[in-house]
This record gives sequence, structure tokens and C-alpha cells, in this order.
Amino acid sequence: MNNILWISGGRVIDPANQRDAVSDVYAIDGQFVERLTDLQKRTARRVNATGLIVAPGLVDINVHFRDPGQTHKEDIRSGTQAAAAGGFTSVVCMPNTSPVCDNAGTIQRIMDKVAREALIHVYPTGCLTLAMQGAALAPTGQLKQAGAVAVTDNHRCVQSNEIMRRSVEYAKMFDLTIMDHCQDSSLTQGAMMNEGEWSLRLGLMGWPKAAEDIMVARNVILADITQAHIHIQQLSSARSVEILRRAKQRGISITAETSPHHIEFTEAALVDYDTAFKMNPPLRTAADRDALITGLHDGTIDCIATDHAPHTRTEKDSEFDAAPFGIIGLETSLASTLNTLYHSQRLSLSAVVALMTHKSAEICQLPAGTLSTGAAADLCLFDPEQTWTVDPKTFYSKSRNCPWQGRQLKGKVKATFVAGRQIFNGEAITTHAR
Amino acid sequence: MKTDLSWNRKDLIGIESLSRAEIETIFFAATAFKRAMNADDKKQPYLNGRTVVNLFLEPSTRTRLAFEVAASRLSADTITVTGDASSLTKGESLRDTAQNMAALKADMIIMRHSASGAPNYLSKVVDIPVINAGDGSHSHPTQALLDAFTLLEKFGSLEGKKVTILGDILFSRVARSNMICLQKLGAEVTIAGPSTLVPKGFQAMGVKVCHNLQQALQDADAVMLLRIQHERQASTHFPSLGEYTSMFGLNQKRAEWLKPEAIIMHPGPINRGVEIDSEVADSSRSVILQQVTNGIVVRMAVLHLCHCFHKNIAIELPA
Repeated sequence: MNNILWISGGRVIDPANQRDAVSDVYAIDGQFVERLTDLQKRTARRVNATGLIVAPGLVDINVHFRDPGQTHKEDIRSGTQAAAAGGFTSVVCMPNTSPVCDNAGTIQRIMDKVAREALIHVYPTGCLTLAMQGAALAPTGQLKQAGAVAVTDNHRCVQSNEIMRRSVEYAKMFDLTIMDHCQDSSLTQGAMMNEGEWSLRLGLMGWPKAAEDIMVARNVILADITQAHIHIQQLSSARSVEILRRAKQRGISITAETSPHHIEFTEAALVDYDTAFKMNPPLRTAADRDALITGLHDGTIDCIATDHAPHTRTEKDSEFDAAPFGIIGLETSLASTLNTLYHSQRLSLSAVVALMTHKSAEICQLPAGTLSTGAAADLCLFDPEQTWTVDPKTFYSKSRNCPWQGRQLKGKVKATFVAGRQIFNGEAITTHAR
Repeated sequence: MKTDLSWNRKDLIGIESLSRAEIETIFFAATAFKRAMNADDKKQPYLNGRTVVNLFLEPSTRTRLAFEVAASRLSADTITVTGDASSLTKGESLRDTAQNMAALKADMIIMRHSASGAPNYLSKVVDIPVINAGDGSHSHPTQALLDAFTLLEKFGSLEGKKVTILGDILFSRVARSNMICLQKLGAEVTIAGPSTLVPKGFQAMGVKVCHNLQQALQDADAVMLLRIQHERQASTHFPSLGEYTSMFGLNQKRAEWLKPEAIIMHPGPINRGVEIDSEVADSSRSVILQQVTNGIVVRMAVLHLCHCFHKNIAIELPA
């Protein structure tokens, strides 16, 4: 008996295929098909999507599931449930687990747990250097064989230009993406927030944008001389946007993401030392935020990624200096991005969907983010106009460190499907296994 | 100066949110306490039976002593807890430490903390009054209030007066609080010192930024010196203390650039021979010890006002 899905009457937005029209979407046995026969239609599970957007399942290429090692903050089950509730069907996990993913065994352990417990597609990344110490290359080829889709030292940006150069050259042989969270750490010792008027007012150690700009420029040069692809994580500075824009005009193979929070909030949000706004890189100025939005608009920045970073309530409930960096974002990402980019009339709905689906997937060469015939039938159905109030207590994530707490957002995920199976119905997770 | 004692806050966290009227209320009360301080019996009854906790999680001599004296002059029982003697070294959180103090029925917490914003956090965690005795590089409201009180004693009004703050501004909570407080009272503030410690960005707070010492001194009615804070500084901000002294230290010769009636202030602790020479610190221009005395009465006023508001009792002052 075939498993047949028929999503009818929705506005289908599939930017990879230049599709944006009210129509139907079909899947058989977990794969999209062009049409159903009349017989198949009679036995199909029909979902009425009238009034909803029917989009590819969302893709986030920068999340932390803390598994293994810090599963009190999140694990693969809770993390993928949170993702599903946010409309995501594919995520890329960062390697700063405990132990870190600098060996094939740890990647394999994650893959095994994903096979047992994940609700959605989870792709691990490997470390760029051993123990993320920035001194010696991690076994990149073995990491790829074990399942890593990229290598990165994530928040511990590789400081040595020699190591970075060699790792880029080496990873190119395996066609593996290098991701870099750009930061010259000599400029950010003890830093707590963006360096500027607010850091001076609040007496918090400033975090200069130049720390990011210098490493973005370094990576542009290394991508140029090695002819390899480098992806910039969590872009936050206007000058970095400009550096990337010029690099792309010259045809250099470099991509970038920014986050829902960096395009919505500014450093002024820290006025009362709220640790829910403490993240790395820090919130910047209104001018930086506007430059990021322009960069998303003109294609300089390729996609949106949350850097979903769960931390316990206890850790964040402290003096600002003592709290860890990072916020969660999977369950608010679509709505907050719609608010910042679509409801403000800066970008079309189709452009926003592209930034959260196929453009993200392409960076790590994931088989995701489109409604193409034959692709996995991963779907996100959402109502862009429905308003809701963010209450982290209702989240599937184990953590609550969410700066949108109490805010009203417009845009609600109404259903999530993975390989043709519904896993979220707009209210609750509807299944406990893949 | 005002006479009606309106005061509507239980905490003193920073200067930012204080109105000029509130600052003047503090000064009115401080003046009353200062008048009464010359009596044989220095004690006032207003905090009789109350327990005041001095939670000093960062080293301090002057401020801690001044708060202890202020609280005991108000007849409070005082308990002082210092950083190395607290359970914070055993991994207890600030929330738990503070809530335990509230559970011990402390009536007020005075806190010094190395993290900017720690008192903002503490005031959300406990219901009893929280008085900021200095947080990181952020704020030191009672220091700014006593400095302004001292200047007012000298000049009567700060309207149009020029005050130069010289030294390590970037890491200084005293400088930040003074910039805000002095401008609220009508003074013009110039900050001066090495460019790495006195960034231009401070102009957004309404002050002038000057890296030429003579220019910074010649028009000033008062110059406030700050210590170079070795404990906070990244080692990269300037070459050496010797270089600082040779470029920005206030010695006898440079003090002559000041107007004859200009006064010299310092919040302490003084590093003689570094930011200030002994002859200047001990000269008749110096009001440094007056600041210390005023630190008692201004803090008495703050403790009294916050306590009265918290307990919802009418504000009485010595006759």
C-alpha cells in the first residue's frame, strides 16, 4: 500500500523552481511527484492548505543540539522536536559537543542517535582542528566519511592563517564546505557586547566589529588563493557585508549567513543587562542591522541561520558577565524573520522562503529545500498572517533563553512534514519516531 | 534648593534614572545630616533595629568604610561580607546569596560587584532595597553624588561650571556616574587622558573629549583625577604607568595651568606620584578629604530615603 499525500489549495512557494502559485503538491512514499492518478487521489491523505503557504521544509545550517555531552540543555530528540515545531526539516549541527566532533567515532555516535531519535534530517559537522584548539588539522576525510557535511571550529575561529589556509586547501579535495565564525580573538578578550555608545554607557567590555571584518577579509583572500568555498557564519557587521559584496562581484567562492536576531535587534536591547540578548557575535548598531538586511536583499548574504544555542535557566539567570553567550531560535525563526523582512515589506515572501530553504541547503550541499519531483517530501505549511505571543514555556526545546519572550509575532507554522509524514500539526508534535 | 522630600524608589542602582529633583532631595537630606554630624552624639535613630548588609564582592576600603559608618550613624546593625569570605567562592550564585540575606531578614543590601549591571540584576531578585556601591565599569552613584555635593558646597551652583575628569575613563564607573550627574546639575564636563582610555565615543554622552592636558585644565573650575585601574586594564591600553605620569600626571607645574580658584578632587585611592603628586594632593586646592566626609552624609541620606520609601514611612530629618 503506497503512502500518498495530497496538499491542496495552498499557495505553493518553491523558490528553487521559480514556483509561486496556488496549486497542489503531491508525494508518494515520501517523495514529491508531479501528479497523482485519479485512483491515487482517492486513496491519498488529503490536507487542505487553503489560506496557507506551502513551502519546502525549512533548513537551518547552524544549530547546537548539545548531544552528546550537555543533554540537560538540549538533545537530539528535543532539538529536532523544536526544529519541527519551527517548520524545519533539515538542520546542520555544530561540532562543539562534549566530546567535540574531531573524530569519526563521535560523528558516528551522533548519526546512530539521529537514526534512533531524530524527527527530522540532522547533519553533523566536524571540527576543523583537533580539539578545536586551532593548532592541528582534524581528520577531515574521515569526518566526511562518517557523515560530516562541513568542518568548522564554530565559535573558536581558527586564528592561525597557516592552519586555516591548509584546512581550506585540504577540505577542497573532499568537496567539503568550511564554515568559519569570524573573529580575531585578540580583539575580543573579555568582550561582552558591541563596542560603541552602548558599551561605553553600560560599562561592558566592547567587542569591536573589526574583529569580524579582519577575519572575513582573511577568508576572502584564502578562498581566492585556494579556489575553495568558505562559508561565513553569523555575519553581524556592515563592513563585513561590504567586503563580501566585493568578493562576490569578483567571483570568489564565499557564502554567508546571518541570524534572525541580528536583523531584528540592536545593541540598545542590552540597556537593562538582559542576558537573553547576550550572544556571539553581539547585537550591533541599527546601521549594521540595515546593512545585513540590504545584504540579504541583494544576495550578498545567502541565508538565514539561527545559531540555536540552548543554555539552562540557571546559567542565564546571573550577572551579565557570568552568563554564557547564545540564544535559542528554532521555534521563532520563521515568524521573526517574516516580521523583519516580509511584514516590513523589505522582501517578498518567496525571497524569505528561499533564504530559509534551498539557499541554506546549497551551502552544505544538502538534499533539501525544494519541492522538486523526486526530492524528499519535506514540507512546511504556515500562515504568514496569524499572530501569536512567544511563550518559551511552551517550547519543545529544553532551554528557554529566548529574547522574543513575550513578544507578539506574525507568522505561524501550521504543519511540518518529513518524507511525506506529518510530524507537527501547528499545535503539537504528532509522532515520536521518524 | 528644594525643600519637599519626594522620593519614590527603594533602590539606588545608577544615576541615569535619577531626576534633578531626586538628586536635590538627596542633597537636602545630606545637608541636614551634615549639620547634625558636629554634635557630640553623632547617631541618628532612623535605622534603629534594622540590619544592613554590606556585600562587597570586590576589594574596597573607602566606600565600604563610608557605608559602614553611614549605616551605624543611622543606628543600623551592619554586617559586612567580602568576596573571599562569601559562599560565592564555593559556587553559590548571586541570586542564592542575596535571597539568603533576605531570608535572614536583612533590611537592605549594599553591593559592590565586579560585573557591570550586577545591581540591576540583584534588584530584580530581592524585594529589599539594593544600593549600588560600584558595579564593574558601569556605575558608582553614591561617589558621583558626594562629588557633586562637594562641588555644590564650594560653588553654590553647578550651572555653567566646567569640570574636567582626568585619567582612566574607559574603565571608570566613577567617571561615568559623574558625567551623568554633573550634567544633570548643569555643569559642562570634559574628559581627558590617553586616547585609548578616553575614546571619542563618550561624546555621545554629552561630554567633551580632550587629549591635550593643558587645554583640559586651563578652563576648568574643578578637576577630578582618577586612578589608573591596573586590575581592570587590558595590558595593551598604554605603555606604562611611568609614561602616564610623564604625559598626564598632575604635578605642581601643570597645576599652575589651572585657574587660581579651581579645585582638585580625587575619589581615592590615590596613587601618589602616578596620577597626582603629593604637593598637589596635599595643597589647599585639594578637597579630597572633604569628599570623604561628605561621603558619609550623602550615603546616610541615600540609605534613609530608600529605607523610608521601602517601609512606606514619612521622611524625618534631624532639626
